[in-house]
Amino acid sequence: MADAHRAAQREGLGSRLLAPIGGVVALVVLVLGVRLLADPLAGQNLLASIYDALGNDSGAALLRRNQGDVVFAKLLLIVAALIIGVGGIWLLYTGLSAIVGLASPRVQERIIPWIFVLPALALLTVYLIYPTIGTILASFTTGTGGDPFFHYRLIFTRGDYLALFRNNLIWLVVGTSVSVGLGLLIAGLVDRVRREALAKTFIFMPLAISLVGASVIWRFVYQWRPEGLPQYGLLNAVWTSLGGDPVPWIQNPPVNTFALIVIFVWIWTGFAMVVLSAAIKGVSVEVIEAARLDGANERQIFTRVIVPIIKGSIITVATTIAIAVLKIFDIVYVMTGGRFDTDVVANRMFVEKFQFFQDGRAAALAAVLFVAVLPLMVVNLRSLRRQGLGS
Amino acid sequence: MSAPAQPITSRAGGRVAWRPNFIRRAPIRAAVIGICLLWTLPTLGLFVTSFRNPRDITTTGWWEALLQPFREAQWTLQNYQVVIGSEGMGNAFLNSLIVTIPSTIIPITIAAFAAYAFAWIRFPLRGILFAIVVGLLIVPLQMALIPVLQLYSQNMWGLYGTFLGIWLAHTAFGLPLAIFLLYNFISQLPRDLFESAAIDGASHFQTFITIVLPLSIPALGAFAIFQFLWVWNDLLIALVFLGVGVDQQVMPTALYQLVGNRGEQWHILTAGAFVTMLLPLIVFLLLQRAFVRGILAGSVK
Repeated sequence: MADAHRAAQREGLGSRLLAPIGGVVALVVLVLGVRLLADPLAGQNLLASIYDALGNDSGAALLRRNQGDVVFAKLLLIVAALIIGVGGIWLLYTGLSAIVGLASPRVQERIIPWIFVLPALALLTVYLIYPTIGTILASFTTGTGGDPFFHYRLIFTRGDYLALFRNNLIWLVVGTSVSVGLGLLIAGLVDRVRREALAKTFIFMPLAISLVGASVIWRFVYQWRPEGLPQYGLLNAVWTSLGGDPVPWIQNPPVNTFALIVIFVWIWTGFAMVVLSAAIKGVSVEVIEAARLDGANERQIFTRVIVPIIKGSIITVATTIAIAVLKIFDIVYVMTGGRFDTDVVANRMFVEKFQFFQDGRAAALAAVLFVAVLPLMVVNLRSLRRQGLGS
Repeated sequence: MSAPAQPITSRAGGRVAWRPNFIRRAPIRAAVIGICLLWTLPTLGLFVTSFRNPRDITTTGWWEALLQPFREAQWTLQNYQVVIGSEGMGNAFLNSLIVTIPSTIIPITIAAFAAYAFAWIRFPLRGILFAIVVGLLIVPLQMALIPVLQLYSQNMWGLYGTFLGIWLAHTAFGLPLAIFLLYNFISQLPRDLFESAAIDGASHFQTFITIVLPLSIPALGAFAIFQFLWVWNDLLIALVFLGVGVDQQVMPTALYQLVGNRGEQWHILTAGAFVTMLLPLIVFLLLQRAFVRGILAGSVK
């Protein structure tokens, strides 16, 4: 690298100008590529112009009407997207660095850090800082009577909004405690069996599945049919074979909220298990041996020695899961759409915005969510830093 | 007891203890096997059902098909043909690829440059700016959706429903976490590396490419897997910024549409769900260790 640099210095002015010119070209290519991709039918148009050049007029005409070789256009778009999206971001940095390379070293030293951080800061400003302020302001827009707290007053007094908070609270308490508790229990159990890695794989796997996919999986488990018809949903098949009447698990409150929480628990228990299992492995053997010599049995060792030692990890896991549970959207949206008394804040916010077009109310709900997540996030980040989970 | 005798007795004790130990461990083993089974059954049911005849699905439970696996007439690949072809899952798969790959690589690149600058280059306001970036971790996605959507819908931006628009959204929403994680890693690299590079006259850009990037591969890989899964499985951002139009819809939105339109047609739903899960499950099974690291690192998002 150092050699390369010295070589570059030897090469004289002509080649030194080459890099900045390349940089400008790179930036122009980037802008053109971005403009191309801003069109939703970019792939079709691109292939159509290629067909034009090749003289395949009918094929091109079909493509412009979004017919014909659409799959081929899509594959072309994948290639273009990769080149422009992935290559473009590198062009941005190499291009800018090459242009700055023209300046004197002292000026370079001042500008370079900004080239490195400005793309990030610009995106964060447009996509997080500006919208957050906008949402907070929108939540205080006045309704009839000029009351800035209009939306908040509404959502904190009307019954159907209070039901959201009640449901979120049930999710928070049940979802978090069951996921963490089961994760801890399973982590303790698998520690004692052979083929531990295999067992963990089964529990952890749902985390790779999307919440939508998981919802379809569990819709099938909860499938209900009237009495007398064959029950092909697993839960009702077991339930009726035990002598019960078939239950519409998703439609019947309050059991349906718990049926939805089961899906969440199914996914997140694996997360809790993996983190806590790693923490348990970190407890020194000497401490456990000492407890055993003192006459503690296995269960006492687990609850009185291991659990207190890994408390920090438990807090990290619990806050992480609590944050995920508070923001829960997909499961409710796919399973019930918020009907049957299962609605939660994040889902209702989406519905207010996209079905009722009540931007102010949606903003107020988002702000409530923000305030609820805030303390958990602070605790989580603190413990995450202390534990070094990130590195 | 004399000293050499001790290991012998304890070893003998170990042997005697073996049988009761085995029996004592049996319930634990049974419990673990039971839990694994319980955790796998829902997915197994989906998987088995996706290969069954529509008629059989609604007359008998999938477990009954497993009891007589050699009755060939009940198995079919037709469901997948329908789902990938006429139900548009194949198209959605391609869309998901177009969305996911740049949405994974762009934020990592931007974050790595920023993390390096925050960690190793002195410039004014560095501390405050880094604090702001990390502080943005606490902002839930929901706070950002509506104003960004309003920007996208304006003519000047015109980003609604475009792949570019969703790349930028996923990039920006992933940045605080990516910068935070990569900063934690890059700032721990030994100082000597950077000092000797500076003495050799390497520019920051050269240092970044030749030293920081190669050494950060574990951290970059872990975050890449997390971000890949997050984007691939995301429903909310795709719904808001891409919409449900057939030309742009990704797998989660396509599957959601299927649930709405084909609510009780389980041969389509199960095959569709399995198509959406395929790639993440392959990533999970092939790269399990990196996958675990990525999940552990990223799950606060």
